[in-house]
Amino acid sequence: MPCDSHRLTSGHVPARNEFGITKNKQFYVLLKTHNEGKEMKFDSFRHAIALLLALALLSGCESMSTSDDEFVADEPPAQEDQDTADSSDTYSAPAEPEVSAEELAAQRAKEAAMKEQAALREVRTFYFDFDQYTVKPEARSPLAAHAAFLSANPSVKVVLEGHCDERGTKEYNIALGENRAKAVARFLKVNGVSDAQIETISYGEERPAATGHNEQAWAKNRRVYIEYK
Amino acid sequence: MFLMKLTIYLLGRIVSSLVLVFGLAATVSAELMIEITKGSDTALPIAIVPFASEGDEPVPEDIARIVSNDLQRSGDFDTLSTGRMLSLPESMAQMHFRDWRLLGQTYVLVGKVRYDAIQSRFQVQYELVDVYGQKRLLGEVLSVPRSGLRKLAHLIADKVYETITGVRGVFSTKIAYITLKNLPGGKQEYRLQVSDADGQNAYTLFKSHEPILSPAWSNDGQHLAYQSFHTGRPAIYIQHVKTGGQRKVTGFKGLNSSPMWSPDDRYLVMTLSKDGNAELYTYDLVSNEVERLTNHYGIDTEASWSPDGKELVFTSDRSGKPQIYRMNLIDRKPQRLTFEGRYNARPRFSLDGRSLYYVHQVNGDFHIASIDMSTGENRVLTSTPLDESPSVAPNGRMIIYATNRNGKGVLAVVSVDGGAKYFLPSDYGDVKEPAWSPFLN
Repeated sequence: MPCDSHRLTSGHVPARNEFGITKNKQFYVLLKTHNEGKEMKFDSFRHAIALLLALALLSGCESMSTSDDEFVADEPPAQEDQDTADSSDTYSAPAEPEVSAEELAAQRAKEAAMKEQAALREVRTFYFDFDQYTVKPEARSPLAAHAAFLSANPSVKVVLEGHCDERGTKEYNIALGENRAKAVARFLKVNGVSDAQIETISYGEERPAATGHNEQAWAKNRRVYIEYK
Repeated sequence: MFLMKLTIYLLGRIVSSLVLVFGLAATVSAELMIEITKGSDTALPIAIVPFASEGDEPVPEDIARIVSNDLQRSGDFDTLSTGRMLSLPESMAQMHFRDWRLLGQTYVLVGKVRYDAIQSRFQVQYELVDVYGQKRLLGEVLSVPRSGLRKLAHLIADKVYETITGVRGVFSTKIAYITLKNLPGGKQEYRLQVSDADGQNAYTLFKSHEPILSPAWSNDGQHLAYQSFHTGRPAIYIQHVKTGGQRKVTGFKGLNSSPMWSPDDRYLVMTLSKDGNAELYTYDLVSNEVERLTNHYGIDTEASWSPDGKELVFTSDRSGKPQIYRMNLIDRKPQRLTFEGRYNARPRFSLDGRSLYYVHQVNGDFHIASIDMSTGENRVLTSTPLDESPSVAPNGRMIIYATNRNGKGVLAVVSVDGGAKYFLPSDYGDVKEPAWSPFLN
């Protein structure tokens, strides 16, 4: 993956580098150690490791992990890249003592941003108003996080499932569900995701998430769900 | 005419030679039961006297009861309960007309059944009598095998109905509908079912764990078109109701939904989104050519053909909300028809092509309504909150639709004037999307 692909084109995402997935097993181990270090409160060790991390990140052109190893394990598309990664390419630079406070702060900010992005991507369901297919304002930042992840990982594909509540007619709802899925698809595409990564399907009112016959249930059913393939 | 017949013949050949022969469910079940909730004020009084039985062989079907239920359900007749009858004649010759006049009856149906052991057939004799004119309106002796008794009873009901009202009866027709059952483990089972008009003799034409929607009868009563997701993607299929032969019609990228037959059964009108968003297309079942009919960024769907084949009505949100439009197939300029209410959808033509029945939202609830296409006058026919999928009986007198009762999907029937109503509750999951067959004999 070229370095350029780390850069985001979105206007909805903070203009930071975005790292999709772990490519390096040793690095993954390193991150774990880093976390343990935190627990043991070995400050100097922690700093050294952080420095290493910063250098590796700055020098390497690989796509990297977030510092949250649990999240990495959770992320389905990470697998194939992990398997093919060469374990010797990035973890070689010795720790250099002079690293500025700014760099360290920048690194921490980066980590925090990555964590935040990962948390945003946990949001997979986006809700709509009755008979509407406009993406709501609250859906924008989680959708931008999905878009950033997908544009950084062009081999990852998603299915956008459009759904409706039980009110209104079935076939109109099938069309409405498709429009909802397409509205989400458009948002992702505007934010750099390629057409080939997105598939849409509408189930209309056939697959309710909640089974009640009241506004509470209906609100849960008017949705688009992002499924990672 | 010849061309049309040839077309239908060819279509039949294609379908029957297709790969899939589904095991039409051997188990015959009565999953729908009739429950009359509202009679009509103008119903005609008629007494259906229990048919006498001659010979030792028990008669497996209560013919008089089947006829009586059919007529009562139509809303056009009010049948006299057996307990109130003063005598039980089995022929016109045995009738005391004064008794029936006293009971306020205008018509009486009498009859008897005899088993012919040599031929293993039942001989059914019946007479329809006009009480005031003291004359016989109908009289016949018919012979059927044991398995044909129920069908015969519906046929008698059809003849009685037509003789008195002048309108053809629909008691020998069928309905198709979708059932949905939640299985253990979170799976769902959709079934495309076909049954008699009274809900009896149901069988499964197709089933899937994925959604099945929008069954539509061909006008010759031989096929059903529908949308199925059984491959994981929506596609339109047609299936022969007797042989079960299935043919995939379209499986384009995006929507493949809402199929409806042209009056000559050569075309399906359908909703596809292969060129962008939901638009109407015709599919030529002979040449397999697809032609686009609408072009608008809004949703266009749920099209239905006028009885004369010259125009379509459909749902479109081109004005911002779903409303009903009509479109002449020559100039193809959509014209809005509904203006009252924020949600009007899924239109179906009345028999004479002058009115539409459709889903209309009032105060957040969805009802079945009718609109006169020339005057714009509309009328709400139902009162339950989630009514949808209206389908008109082939004699134009009744509408079957789907509704929700006690949190369960059930079918209901209402007369076109809103007068009479009955439910077809089910003991099997949710029942939805009914489609009334054309006349089949």
